[in-house]
Amino acid sequence: MRPPVSEDEQAPVEEAPLHAPNSEHSTAGGASQGAPRRIWGPPQRDEASQKKAEADGRREAEGPSKTTATLLLVTVLVIATCGLVYELLASTLASFVLGDAVMQYSTVIGVYLSAMGVGAWLSGYVVDDVAKRFVDIEIAVALVGGASAPILFFAFAHLSWFRVVLYGVVALVGMLVGMEIPLLLRILRARYAFKDLVARVLTVDYLGALVGSLAFPIFFVPKLGLVRTSLVIGGINAVTALASTYLLDDEIKKTLGLRLRALAVLVALGVGVVAADRLTLLAEEGLFADEIIYAKQTPYQRIVITRGRASFQLFLNGNLQFSSADEYRYHEALIWPAIAARVEAGDPVKRVLVLGGGDGLGLRELLKTPGLEAVTLVDLDPFMTHLARSQPLLSALNEGAFSDPRVTIVNDDAYVWLGAPKNAGQKFDVIIADFPDPNHYALGKLYTTRMYALMKQHMLERAVLAVQSTSPLFARKSFWCIARTMERAGLAVAPYHVFVPSFGEWGYVLAREGSITPPSRLPPLAKPLRYLDDPTLRALFVLSRDMQSLDVEVNRLDNQVLVHYYEAEWKRYL
Amino acid sequence: MPTRRDVLATFLGAAFAGVACKSKAPVGHYHGELFGPRFDRGHKLRDPKELAATLARTDLPEQKTRVVVVGGGPAGLSAAWRLIRGGLAAKEDVQVFELDDVAGGTSRGGQSEVTRYPWGAHYVPVPSGDARALGVLLEEMGIVEGHEADGYPVIAEHVLCRAPEERLFYRGRWYEGLYLQAGAQKEDLRQFRAFKRELQGWRKWRDLKGRRAFVIPTARASDAEEVLALDAVSMAQWMDQKGFTSARLRWLVDYACRDDYALSLQDASAWAGLFYFVSRMNDLGASSELMTWADGNGGLVRHLLGVVADRVHLGKSVIDVRPRGAQEQVVTYLDRDGAPHRLIAERVILAVPRYVARHLCPSLADRKEDLAFDYGAWAVCNVHLNGRGARPQGVAMAWDNVLYESPSLGYVSATHQEGNDHGPTVWTWYYAITDPGKDARKKLLDAHWRDWADVAFSDLSRAHPDLHALADRIDVFRWGHAMTRPRVGARRALREAAAHVPVGAVHFAHTDLSGVAIFEEAHDHGVRAAEEVLAALSFQVPSIR
Repeated sequence: MRPPVSEDEQAPVEEAPLHAPNSEHSTAGGASQGAPRRIWGPPQRDEASQKKAEADGRREAEGPSKTTATLLLVTVLVIATCGLVYELLASTLASFVLGDAVMQYSTVIGVYLSAMGVGAWLSGYVVDDVAKRFVDIEIAVALVGGASAPILFFAFAHLSWFRVVLYGVVALVGMLVGMEIPLLLRILRARYAFKDLVARVLTVDYLGALVGSLAFPIFFVPKLGLVRTSLVIGGINAVTALASTYLLDDEIKKTLGLRLRALAVLVALGVGVVAADRLTLLAEEGLFADEIIYAKQTPYQRIVITRGRASFQLFLNGNLQFSSADEYRYHEALIWPAIAARVEAGDPVKRVLVLGGGDGLGLRELLKTPGLEAVTLVDLDPFMTHLARSQPLLSALNEGAFSDPRVTIVNDDAYVWLGAPKNAGQKFDVIIADFPDPNHYALGKLYTTRMYALMKQHMLERAVLAVQSTSPLFARKSFWCIARTMERAGLAVAPYHVFVPSFGEWGYVLAREGSITPPSRLPPLAKPLRYLDDPTLRALFVLSRDMQSLDVEVNRLDNQVLVHYYEAEWKRYL
Repeated sequence: MPTRRDVLATFLGAAFAGVACKSKAPVGHYHGELFGPRFDRGHKLRDPKELAATLARTDLPEQKTRVVVVGGGPAGLSAAWRLIRGGLAAKEDVQVFELDDVAGGTSRGGQSEVTRYPWGAHYVPVPSGDARALGVLLEEMGIVEGHEADGYPVIAEHVLCRAPEERLFYRGRWYEGLYLQAGAQKEDLRQFRAFKRELQGWRKWRDLKGRRAFVIPTARASDAEEVLALDAVSMAQWMDQKGFTSARLRWLVDYACRDDYALSLQDASAWAGLFYFVSRMNDLGASSELMTWADGNGGLVRHLLGVVADRVHLGKSVIDVRPRGAQEQVVTYLDRDGAPHRLIAERVILAVPRYVARHLCPSLADRKEDLAFDYGAWAVCNVHLNGRGARPQGVAMAWDNVLYESPSLGYVSATHQEGNDHGPTVWTWYYAITDPGKDARKKLLDAHWRDWADVAFSDLSRAHPDLHALADRIDVFRWGHAMTRPRVGARRALREAAAHVPVGAVHFAHTDLSGVAIFEEAHDHGVRAAEEVLAALSFQVPSIR
């Protein structure tokens, strides 16, 4: 253990007024004013002071000053750890919500480090009450850094200028953190010889970075998630600020105000942790395997987007709608058999109606259809279609389907829209029903004989209908209930299935008035599909024994048996 | 001037009023209107002097028609509908007079920009094959898709009440169905099963002529002593005798009596209490499915009005009907301005409640019929909501939503049947006043718009704490004579009165002639009276009843 700086050396320095921004360099190590020294290099001291220091050090080793100095070094460690965590938080969050991790990490780290530089430079303007200013800044870091993740999630969900907020918050936190170490150096300079000061502070600083970089992925993110991590790290900063007021008791004239402020921030962040649970963003985290990057309660449903390592997922009311990793399997199987059946029969596919499917992924497939003239998409929730149009992750995945001039969006309940007299004249070559699974009555009605009778009224002659029909394996009765209901409504059906890793075995029903034959080849396309080719298309219609037909009732508006089947079947898995 | 707390205590109980009047209870910011039948026009009948002066006038021009139907509710419209079908198709042959500005009586509906909604009766169980005339009406409406083996019509899906039909709010949570299953003890469930067995026993029961005890139309029901004996005891006494003590079972039956009869378990006859359940059971012992429209039975009224069309004269109140010679009936009515007019008809159908018919047909005045005809008072509030609010605890929104701990009858969601599950809607809230006739009407009419709107709002708020942010408008309808009430002894009194038998050329059609207030009975009486008239006018048509 190196000896600490003696009291004797400290005294004159404390009295020396600090005017210039670079004055701390010139006075570091207790040398006389106006004698510039190298900062990065072995400290230069005269023999006498060295000896004196060593003597004092032996004396001070048992005294409170040594403890204080050590504790201040611990402060450096904590500050460094927290500073790095804020940086990682912002980078991770940005790459979660915006995608393109390389870009997000690079820009966030760049902005953060340069802001630290600005902070270091600004620290030179701190002239009086260095210790008090240090605690002030600590408190500010606790507040801004602690609130950073909640602020950023909120901004992402509610503001269109998210990036401005992102880089603003990153810059502010970086700047504040950048001021911390220079100020602490100035506080500590009287306690250490300059060579030791720099060596120790920087050592501890880098050590803190290591602690932060390890704790973040190993402990914080998996155990607490981003929002709680942010609040907890802020809390640690606030505690450090509070502790500093005791460590630097004799250098700060009035500590009460600072302590109260630090406590207030601590309480606010604590309330944040508790309240965030109630604000449901965090409460939901336990329900999802991955980090929530977007959550919104619309008047119709709760929309949540989560992001894992290689993919992102969309949930409606807690039910997975797709994973970007394998949604192409689901959506190709949803769209292409219907198109293929229509084309193979020699009929055109000019006008298509999509019911539900507000994520635009079915649209993306549809728009590849040669000769397609118009698509009407009826989705209940304007927030969903808006999100699919404007959210970068979603609009990239649906390839900007909502900007295609052939697409018309209608926000209405599909049941109400189909039955409205004003829409009676709208007829289509193909109808795609891509509703969420029938887990409650308001959705169950979309799978009734009445609903299919309404769809029939909107079908041109020999039009084809494809209906997403939940899993024929996990919810076999539900699947066959949908097929039987369509039959009762006067449609010939051809049930089929696909394997989607994130869903498991998934089912659809292809239907047409009169008769339907499963299609055997895809229509000519500019580019091959990712999943389907002709043999795979034919294989979709082969149902293994454990997915084959069961005796079930027909789902009607006045019995809604499907909701009961569905509940009973999925309860076994959830 | 009663305070808010007094009003709430009167209608919802003192304990609830205490809670609802706490300063923290949310306050609604809604407006609305007060509606009611045109008392002003109706009450003119009660002023004999003014009436006599009008009737003495000899200067009134006389117009001619064949049949006058007085009353534009379900009975009157059904009568006109049958007359038209039966051959009186010429517009000038049948004239319907309704003193109100709206037709449909207590089956009327209203409409906002969002949806149609009911103002009164709001469902009809799918009729059995016994209700033949009603079956004809439903066929004409295009909603019958076939027939079951047992004669029941297969009704189009969109007319059948969409599942879930009903739910019950109890201690902060909604439960499926109307019988409170949650927390039911073994003994409760045993009694509930035993009660259902009793009902099934009555469903299977036949008299020596093969007639059922409880059937719609009641004209086809048995008049055996065994059945009439049920009219001599109250439903509460009958349940006591049978050992049905379970509180939740008695609640269910009490709710049924309040809902259909504006009577408590103690005042309704056992005949009526059993009629409610048994008449709408099918042969398998299950309850018949319900037919409903967004505007309740307004859906039926709209169809009838479409047929009867411009033969209906709204806002014109008939004040007198009397014979002149052997062939003529002189009908005097006032137009909206109160100016008298005279119409000469061959036949008249009084499709009005008995208390009105008595004023119009002088020969009824001396009859002692008070026991047979007693009327309950209802308040109906239409609560217009700007959205659906928070998801409830327990099962999702149903068509009929009932509060177990409230004396109200709960509410019906107007958009439910349209399959509209999101955004603005209208809830129709019902309250039946079970006090004796005049007391009930006084209670009803002493409370004004603000009082009733507040009662409905406070009552609904217990299940919907966010209602204050959702309710934009609450309209109140006060029905002074909402429905006839089958008290103990009413059924026998009604039989003895033979109230449906024509007096000269005046025929009678109204649901109160059956002692219960339901659309099916109104329709049956309308058809019966019309067929009597058709026969009297020598139209050779087979009965559709």
